[in-house]
Amino acid sequence: MTVESTAARTPRRSASTKSTAGKRTTARKGTGAAPGTDPQLVQLLTPEGERVKNAEYDKYVAAITPEELRGLYRDMVLTRRFDAEATALQRQGELGLWASLLGQEAAQIGSGRALRDDDYVFPTYREHGVAWCRGVDPTNLLGMFRGVNNGGWDPNGNNFHLYTIVIGSQTLHATGYAMGIAKDGADSAVIAYFGDGASSQGDVAESFTFSAVYNAPVVFFCQNNQWAISEPTEKQTRVPLYQRAQGFGFPGVRVDGNDVLACLAVTKWALERARLGEGPTLVEAYTYRMGAHTTSDDPSRYRGDEERLAWEAKDPILRLRRHLEASNHADEAFFAELETESETLGRRVREAVRAMPDPDHFAIFENVYADGHALVDEERAQFAAYQASFADGQGD
Amino acid sequence: MAAEKMALAKAINESLRRALESDPKVLVMGEDVGKLGGVFRVTDGLQKDFGESRVIDTPLAESGIVGTAIGLALRGYRPVVEIQFDGFVFPAYDQIVTQLAKMHARSLGKVKMPVVVRIPYGGGIGAVEHHSESPEALFAHVAGLKIVSPSNASDAYWMMQQAIQSDDPVIFFEPKRRYWDKGEVNPEAIPGPLHTARVVREGTDLTLAAYGPMVKTCLEVAGAAAEEGRNLEVLDLRSVSPIDFDAIQASVEKTRRLVVVHEAPVFFGSGAEIAARITERCFYHLEAPVLRVGGYHAPYPPARLEEEYLPGLDRVLDAVDRALAY
Repeated sequence: MTVESTAARTPRRSASTKSTAGKRTTARKGTGAAPGTDPQLVQLLTPEGERVKNAEYDKYVAAITPEELRGLYRDMVLTRRFDAEATALQRQGELGLWASLLGQEAAQIGSGRALRDDDYVFPTYREHGVAWCRGVDPTNLLGMFRGVNNGGWDPNGNNFHLYTIVIGSQTLHATGYAMGIAKDGADSAVIAYFGDGASSQGDVAESFTFSAVYNAPVVFFCQNNQWAISEPTEKQTRVPLYQRAQGFGFPGVRVDGNDVLACLAVTKWALERARLGEGPTLVEAYTYRMGAHTTSDDPSRYRGDEERLAWEAKDPILRLRRHLEASNHADEAFFAELETESETLGRRVREAVRAMPDPDHFAIFENVYADGHALVDEERAQFAAYQASFADGQGD
Repeated sequence: MAAEKMALAKAINESLRRALESDPKVLVMGEDVGKLGGVFRVTDGLQKDFGESRVIDTPLAESGIVGTAIGLALRGYRPVVEIQFDGFVFPAYDQIVTQLAKMHARSLGKVKMPVVVRIPYGGGIGAVEHHSESPEALFAHVAGLKIVSPSNASDAYWMMQQAIQSDDPVIFFEPKRRYWDKGEVNPEAIPGPLHTARVVREGTDLTLAAYGPMVKTCLEVAGAAAEEGRNLEVLDLRSVSPIDFDAIQASVEKTRRLVVVHEAPVFFGSGAEIAARITERCFYHLEAPVLRVGGYHAPYPPARLEEEYLPGLDRVLDAVDRALAY
C-alpha cells in the first residue's frame, strides 16, 4: 500500500492541508492560541465539560461507559497526586530532581488508555501518567530521580521502555521496535512520546523518515506543552508541529491535549491505522506544562502568570469532572472515595521513597556488559580490595 | 564451505551469510548494502539471497541506522549495521554512546543489545577526507561497548561470527586497506576467544603490538629487522576493548621492550593506555620506555600526504631502534 493511498483514507487529511493553519500559528505571539477556538484542534469535551460532536472521532469513544469515564478521571487524579507528592519529595531533599507532568494528565492518560497490553511504549522522562496506565508501580519511577539507579523497572514487564533523558533518541528506538513488529507479522503497535522541543532534534526527523519508508506501526505522540525549558514553541518551528508529518508522507493531527476523551479517540484511531498496516501517524497533543520544566527550573524568569491562568481554565481534570457531574455519571461519594484513595497513594509513595535503600557499592560494576569485560573485572577487584582495606570493610 | 583462501572482505561476506542462514533474527542494515552490496561489496549478494527484509537498504541517516537497530534489538533481533566509512559514524555517535552502550546497565541487565556496528576504517587507499580515519579510541573510552578489529581473513570470518553472537554491542572495525588481502578461512575451525591477542611472530628482542591494518605492517617491520639481526615478536591484539593485557605482559616479560603501533593519533590513543598499563604491570621487566607509533595530532591529511602520516616501515623501525638503544 502506498503512502499516498493511506493518507487519502485518513480523516485529517483535508484539515492538515489547509493553508490557513500555518498562517494562523506562525502569526501568533506567545502561546495565546486558545485550544477551544482552534479549528484544527480535535476536541470532544469543551473546557466547560460539554461533550461536542466530532464526525470523525466520535466512534472511537462511542462505546465508552460511565465507569470507564470515571476510570479516566481516577487515573488523572491519582497521577496528579503522585506527581505532586514527587515534587514535594524533591523539595524535602528526598529526590535529586523531578520532572512534573502537571497539566499534561489528559494527554498521557488519554493516549495511555488507548493502548493494548501488547503495544510498546517509548517514553521521555515525564510520562508518569502513561507509566500509570501501563501498570508500572509509580514508586519505581522515582529510583532514577532519587539517584539509586538509571532505570528502575523491567521494560518488558509492562512493555514500557525506560525513561530516555537525551531528547528525542527514543523515537528511533520506537521506530526500530515497530519495524520489528512488522517483520514478526504481529498487529501490535508502538507509541513514541516526545515534546515540542524534541521536534527540532535530528533523531525525530530521522524516525519520521524511517517509519514512513518502512511503513512502521508507530504512533508519534508529541505533547506540545508550549515550552522547552525556557524556549517557546516558536523557537522550535514556524509551522504547526502536526503539519510536519505531511512532508514525510503520513498524516498528522492536532488534538486538544487537555481533553482526555479526544486524546483517547485520536490515539485509538492512530493505533488502528498502525495495526492495519497503514504506517505511522503524528499526533500533536496541544497542551500546557503548568509547572516548571523540572524542579531545577524557574518559569517565572521567562513566562507571565496570565498565560498559566488562561490554561488553568482549561484544566484537564476539572473539565472531566464538570462533564461527569453534568451527566450524572459520578456522585459525591465517588469523588470523596477518590480523595481518600489519593491520600493513600501519596502516603505510600512518600514511605516508599524514604525506605528506598541506597544501591550496593558494587552496583557500579554490575551489568556494564552482558558477557563480561576484563577491565570491569579488574577494576571491580581493585575496588573490592580498596573497600576491604577499611576496618569495617564498607569503605565509608 | 571447505577451507579456502579468500580476501578479507569476502570472509566477512561469508560470515554474514552464515549468520543470516543460521539465525532468522540476524539482520544486515546500512546504506547501499542491498543491491550494490556495499561500497566495498562486503554485503555482495546477501540481499539477493535473503531478501529486502533481512538485508535492508536504509535511508541515508547514520543516527537512524543505529537508533532503529537498537529498537530492533529490543524486539529480539540481532542487527549488523554498516557505517559506510569511519568519518561518517559521528552522526550516530550519540546513539552509540548514550543509548547502545548503556541500555544493558540502565535496565539492570533486563535488556540485551546484540548489535554489531561495522565500520570500514583507516587509511592508505588514497581516499578523500572523512574516509580514512581511525576513531577506535573514541569508542574504547565508553563503557558498555566492545571493540574489535581483525587483521586477516580468518579472524575477520570468525570474529564476525562471535561479534554477532555476543549479547553486547560490538564495534567491528574493518581494516579497509586489507579488504583485498587473501588468507585461509576454515569454517570448521574452532576459534579462540574473541578478545584474546595472538602472537603472530615469535621473537625475543622486542614486542610490536598492533591490531587491524598495522599487523601486516608490523610483520613487514619484523622481517626487515630480522635482516639486521633483530628478533622481534609481533602481537596481534585483535581487540581494543577489552585489551588482552595478559598477553602483552607475557610477551613483554620475555622481550622487555614494547612498541605499540596504530594508525590513530598517538595522543590519547590506545597506545597511551597500553603504555600506561604495561609500565605499571612490567615496571621491573622493561629495559626501555614503551614507545608509540601512530598518527599525528592533526586532521587526517589529503591522500598525497597520507604516506607521511601513517606509520610505515621506516617510522616503526626507527622506534624499534630507539627502544633497543636504551
